[in-house]
Amino acid sequence: MTLETVLLVAAALVSVGLYGALSQQVVVMVMMGLELMIAGVLLALGGFWWFLSPDPSGQVLLLVVLAAMTVEMATGFAIATLLHRRAGSDMTDMAAELHE
Amino acid sequence: MVETSGVLVDVAFWVCAAVAVGFGVLVFVVDSMARATYALALSFVATGGALLLMQQSYLGVIVVLMMVMEMAVMAVYMVMFMGMNPALMPMSMVHSHRWAIGAAATTFLLLGSGAVLVPWPVRRGAPAPDVTDALGRAIMESHMLVMMIVGPVMVATIVVGVVLSSARTRYDRLGDDLDQPAADPPQEVR
Repeated sequence: MTLETVLLVAAALVSVGLYGALSQQVVVMVMMGLELMIAGVLLALGGFWWFLSPDPSGQVLLLVVLAAMTVEMATGFAIATLLHRRAGSDMTDMAAELHE
Repeated sequence: MVETSGVLVDVAFWVCAAVAVGFGVLVFVVDSMARATYALALSFVATGGALLLMQQSYLGVIVVLMMVMEMAVMAVYMVMFMGMNPALMPMSMVHSHRWAIGAAATTFLLLGSGAVLVPWPVRRGAPAPDVTDALGRAIMESHMLVMMIVGPVMVATIVVGVVLSSARTRYDRLGDDLDQPAADPPQEVR
């Protein structure tokens, strides 16, 4: 286990998540993609922390990323609920008015 | 505490890495949302495991616990809105498939080449004897501002979640300025 291998795994997680976030139509699946991306970021930050500068400040940054993940999850579920109520659907293509 | 050298740690890391990436890919390959949910949960447990190997005992465990809870929420969501047994309902709902694969591959090449080619500096300093204790002291002493900001953000998230997802709030019933007469009957479903 080296910093390079940890970062490679993190890059793979981010890429797979990006594929999901771009390609999926169901809102919950898009959220799964975003979460995989954040998992990659978490792993990369963990690697940086451990292999470059293992002092507590880095861990606090990881905690902030975890908090961002929680916010994304909770807000995403709330928006999906709203979308389902308004449009009777859980598909991103039917929420096109969001960008109009 | 685990050491980060040695064959055992390497093997454990590669197992975690393979599970994290493999099940991450499976999330978008399996044909039902229930299976995708389980695959994502396993992927996150493996990510938490990799963090544990880097002595992040607290954060690794938090990642695992959080994801188990989130998968429970997702199961509730599926039962509430999808109106079917998600494990039995095959689905393939993708758009811009090739474009997304291209973007993902390019991202991996860019990030991966950066990870391999950048001359990373050597480690400065050593971890505290008890990293969890050090983290607790940091967020309650020198980095308290972070917790003071994260706390209100969490509360704001709760408010946002309730406001967005509630069906019929007082603003729906009584107007934006709360000066409209109440509906009769009051619990009328729109």
